[in-house]
Amino acid sequence: MSAPLLDMENLTVRFHGERTVHAVNGVSLTLQSGETLGILGESGSGKSVTLKTLLRLLPENRTEIGGTLRVDGQDVLALQGRALADHRGRTVSMVFQDPMLALDPVYRIGDQIAETVMRHEGCSRSEAMARALDMFKSVQMPSPERRLRAYPHEMSGGMRQRAMIALALACRPKLLLADEPTTALDATVQIQILLLLRDLQRQFGMGMIFVTHDIGVVVEVSDRVAVMYAGEIIETGTVHDIIRDARHPYTKGLLAANLHGAVKGARLNAISGAPPSLESRPTACSFAPRCPVARETCASQPPPNVAVGAQRQVRCILAQQ
Amino acid sequence: MIPAPLFSAQNLVKHFRLKGGLLGSSRGVVRAVDNVSFDLAEGETLGIVGESGCGKSTTARLIVDLISPDAGTITLGGKLLGKHISARELRRQIQMVFQDSYASLNPRLTMEDAIAFGPKVNGMSPQQAARLAHELLERVGLEPRRFAGRYPHELSGGQRQRVNIARALAFSPKIVVLDESVSALDKSVEAQVLNLLADLKAELGLTYVFISHDLNVVRHMSDRVMVMYLGQVAEIGTVEAIYSAPAHPYTAALLSAMPSMDPDRRTMEAPLTGDPPNPINPPAGCRFHTRCKHADTICAAVEPGLFGLPGEGHQVACHIHIPGSNHRNRGVEA
Repeated sequence: MSAPLLDMENLTVRFHGERTVHAVNGVSLTLQSGETLGILGESGSGKSVTLKTLLRLLPENRTEIGGTLRVDGQDVLALQGRALADHRGRTVSMVFQDPMLALDPVYRIGDQIAETVMRHEGCSRSEAMARALDMFKSVQMPSPERRLRAYPHEMSGGMRQRAMIALALACRPKLLLADEPTTALDATVQIQILLLLRDLQRQFGMGMIFVTHDIGVVVEVSDRVAVMYAGEIIETGTVHDIIRDARHPYTKGLLAANLHGAVKGARLNAISGAPPSLESRPTACSFAPRCPVARETCASQPPPNVAVGAQRQVRCILAQQ
Repeated sequence: MIPAPLFSAQNLVKHFRLKGGLLGSSRGVVRAVDNVSFDLAEGETLGIVGESGCGKSTTARLIVDLISPDAGTITLGGKLLGKHISARELRRQIQMVFQDSYASLNPRLTMEDAIAFGPKVNGMSPQQAARLAHELLERVGLEPRRFAGRYPHELSGGQRQRVNIARALAFSPKIVVLDESVSALDKSVEAQVLNLLADLKAELGLTYVFISHDLNVVRHMSDRVMVMYLGQVAEIGTVEAIYSAPAHPYTAALLSAMPSMDPDRRTMEAPLTGDPPNPINPPAGCRFHTRCKHADTICAAVEPGLFGLPGEGHQVACHIHIPGSNHRNRGVEA
């Protein structure tokens, strides 16, 4: 196998401030180019922090990052100054949940895209605007010429998200990060954007990491899935593995809570309790206090990361048999 | 004789004037709710679904009389609001739980005070109100000794939403309007709160209006479902009819826009293009005709009324189903 596009080894992220938060606790991931990984997790699971680390977007003075992180052979954690600016948007790019916050409200969308292209490729303004128009066509923006001159507030939510995807892909990044890009959209628009991202990922042959809390969304776009809980990956596998044969009790609980195929009127098999606060680094299974099948050892020692197949791991003592 | 419904809304209209034009003149009108009628039978759960701007939250606010309709009537237990029953009495019998659990609670009140506040204002003695608050905390699964003295920021989102539910129950209401009440919660916590809502309904014989954008959750919770589009009812019927035999093209599109949950049968084509139009100047005729693949000339010209279909209380506002409508697909399945 060729060297992976992304190689993340034992990543830890800790935030210091009034109190310390252990947001990411030893996450290892690889991604090949042309592959889509879905990261599934609830709020506070560390999924967005993991993504932001890939672009080094976290506040430097309060964040302590450990482990190694290579994208396209480059050590991302060592990047500084110009090299870091080159990395952002060129090698790795990101689509955020709220395009209204991610786009600059006082510049026309076309100018924002052109600026990025000129910065990274050193081309003329007219060439950059031509690229912006190309991108608008790629994301199926209605009346693309006219929309290039529009401001973000003049667009609907779905169009703004298309514009942000155009901006993110303008410099042909090798890796696209998508952080809940459809969560704020209406159902009929969400599916349009999901299908668009799926098509563009294939068309551009890039790697994509798609972060969401919605299992249905993961199924629509991902090849592989990593389920995160309390800053750790607790289960990975192909999307088939996760949907058809979830092994970790948390993954099973999430699938049940999705209500797809739930018996109407019957009680839901809900996971009790709430996620841990992460003020200290977990020393045992973080899920044990909520786990319906926890054993004594679960609360006293870290669970093994059991390989149950090729590229399929479950961080649970029960997966060992 | 059919028993009178517990609650009935007839021809509700609510328009919001947009200010900010020249010299404070109006720049247009948001037709948030336009001629919406529905009944609630005692003990049922009516789900309301639709996209942003469809008027589901405005409908919720009208039900509780947080805002007054421009036209239309609301009756509760056969009594007409404003004539036989006061808004104050109506609100005692119809309570509401909002989406944002944090914004719904006064940050300076403890959970006990938050729940006891309403009853005290309505004349209950402080001791009695405090006792009631403890009982209600217990009932929604929060141990009173641990939670009564806490402030909103000391609770998780799921716990806060439980408190909001407890507060809604303080008046022993007949109807509880749940406006996206579980939408902001994590999936694992959402399931716990849905279980709680189902338990409370069974114990207390409540009637729910359950508003959500999550069609899976609505299917699980509801007996009947009302689908709204740009301020109007597109279709209403039993949960089985709506999910297995949707008659309105919009309902069908909403259902097929749900992610598939089967990696071998992913969605290949989006059922609709574009975003929902702006409710400020909704399209003439059928408001959905601009996005509907079945749209015909009549759809742009004539607004379809609700038409009854075979099947219990199944109604749809679509020319395809209206006899003599001249729609080219008349009689063809949507």
